[in-house]
Amino acid sequence: MPKIKYIEHSGKEHEVEVPLGWSVMEGAVKNLIPGIDADCGGACACATCHVYVEPGWQGKLPPKSDMEETMLDFAQELQPNSRLSCQIKVVPELDGLVVRTPKSQH
Amino acid sequence: MASLRAEGFDGGLTLIGDEPFAPYQRPPLSKAYLSGAMERERLFLKAEAFYREPSCELLLGVTAVTVEREAKRVRLSDGRTLPYDKLLLATGSRVRRCTIPGCELPGIFYLRGIADVDAMRPHFISGARLAIVGAGYIGLEVAAVARKLGLEVTVFEALDRVMARAVSKPLSEFYERVHRDAGVRFLLNTPVEAFDGTGKLVAVRAGSQRYEADFALVGIGIVPNVELAQEAGLACNDGVLVDQQCGCTIDPVIFAAGDCTQHLSRDGKSVRLECVQNAIDQAKHAALAMVGKPAPYREVPWFWSDQYDLKLQIAGLGWPGDQLVLRGDPAARKFAVFHLRNGAVAAVEAVNAAPEYMIGRKLITEGIPVSPERLADTAIPMKNIV
Ligand SMILES: Cc1cc2nc3c(=O)[nH]c(=O)nc-3n(C[C@H](O)[C@H](O)[C@H](O)COP(=O)(O)OP(=O)(O)OC[C@H]3O[C@@H](n4cnc5c(N)ncnc54)[C@H](O)[C@@H]3O)c2cc1C
Ligand code: FES
Repeated sequence: MPKIKYIEHSGKEHEVEVPLGWSVMEGAVKNLIPGIDADCGGACACATCHVYVEPGWQGKLPPKSDMEETMLDFAQELQPNSRLSCQIKVVPELDGLVVRTPKSQH
Repeated sequence: MASLRAEGFDGGLTLIGDEPFAPYQRPPLSKAYLSGAMERERLFLKAEAFYREPSCELLLGVTAVTVEREAKRVRLSDGRTLPYDKLLLATGSRVRRCTIPGCELPGIFYLRGIADVDAMRPHFISGARLAIVGAGYIGLEVAAVARKLGLEVTVFEALDRVMARAVSKPLSEFYERVHRDAGVRFLLNTPVEAFDGTGKLVAVRAGSQRYEADFALVGIGIVPNVELAQEAGLACNDGVLVDQQCGCTIDPVIFAAGDCTQHLSRDGKSVRLECVQNAIDQAKHAALAMVGKPAPYREVPWFWSDQYDLKLQIAGLGWPGDQLVLRGDPAARKFAVFHLRNGAVAAVEAVNAAPEYMIGRKLITEGIPVSPERLADTAIPMKNIV
């Protein structure tokens, strides 16, 4: 199983194994890692699963859908490396991925 | 539970649920879980470890039978009694059952829980004939999955338009056309009169006609589970009544949240909502109140529905009499309908239109006056509407 590292806004790190096919959001929520709300459960309908992808990883991620792009526009403190974590599916190539959670999802 | 812990509550917590499953998400049941795109394990809201902490207990397959308010304890179906300092009723709702002749025949399904989908899914084989009773969002989401899997789908609806309870007329017309284009047959203004068959469903009778079917899904709404509250003498009226601050019932140590409640909305109307947003936000407010930090509940309700390649997102509550403003072209499968009331946006229904939805939500929250002409003008980006 690919390992993913989540870094909270406070700097606290969590490294967990996430099953293939799950989303990066599910990896955090099911492992009780704080910082991702995911109110809609991954339907790309709420924009409360916002994360910052560590430099170097952006190119390895699937491109954003139009829906993700527009939903993201409304996330707080948007950065060029912002993504909605429910839209990133875990594949073998993402082993070692590092994402940071924002200060707040609302 | 998560909110109580986040607020620093470190006392004992017991969660009682009559289903054999730990808490899970229901929205995928009529979408990715039914279609097979999502496994069961992914439905669960929390990892098991969440419930394994020492001061936490998860009682599954156990029903809360009575609440004894004087003694402050709950009687359970396994014979135990459980004392409480504070009690949260989050009993949700159950499907409304139909009572017409033949309604007990095997082959007639409802959709509320994991067990319902598991029982129904073996029938989802290409070419099977599915009769859907009720063109609400559950019926239509199932119709979309069924068409993708190659079933023949007929939808019976007593009212004159689809999703009549949930969306405005332009949306109903749009979704009816989309489903018809996908091969769904609709019989509107056609209440089902009976189910035919001996030992198993074989046909549906409606409008004095007989329609053959291999199985049926009934999606005619839900009823709130208020009996527990009612028998304990708590005030109920199509839902357990909760106050506007904190989800508190008429008993100061009993709270309620989610589908089972009736509350005064920010628009000043008493409502019972059936959506994830309300379940999450009311639960958060109840948790705040329980730890002595009540905050007024003024959240704008929001909801979504996935059918085919279309994402419908709704925020706010439309009322009859609202001025409707269309933005964009339904034929392009990307548009929104705004509900204006007293010069401000009261609700927005957006199809594949995230900016309209997100900015609409903001406009509703802030109550900013908007001009209908500007809203309708797609040359003006949503960001610059006000
Ligand atoms: C198929 C389907 C699709 C949906 N799609 C969407 C969607 O796309 N978007 C959206 O926003 N909403 C959707 N919803 C609605 C959403 O799932 C509900 O609003 C939400 O589940 C309500 O949560 P709740 O906790 O209030 O109640 P529930 O989820 O109903 O949970 C209540 C639980 O309490 C149990 N219970 C009841 N009485 C007792 C008792 N006396 N003792 C012990 N246990 C008891 C029930 O069995 C149930 O397990 C959908 C619902 C369904 C069924
Ligand atoms: S979980 Fe709602 S958009 Fe990602």
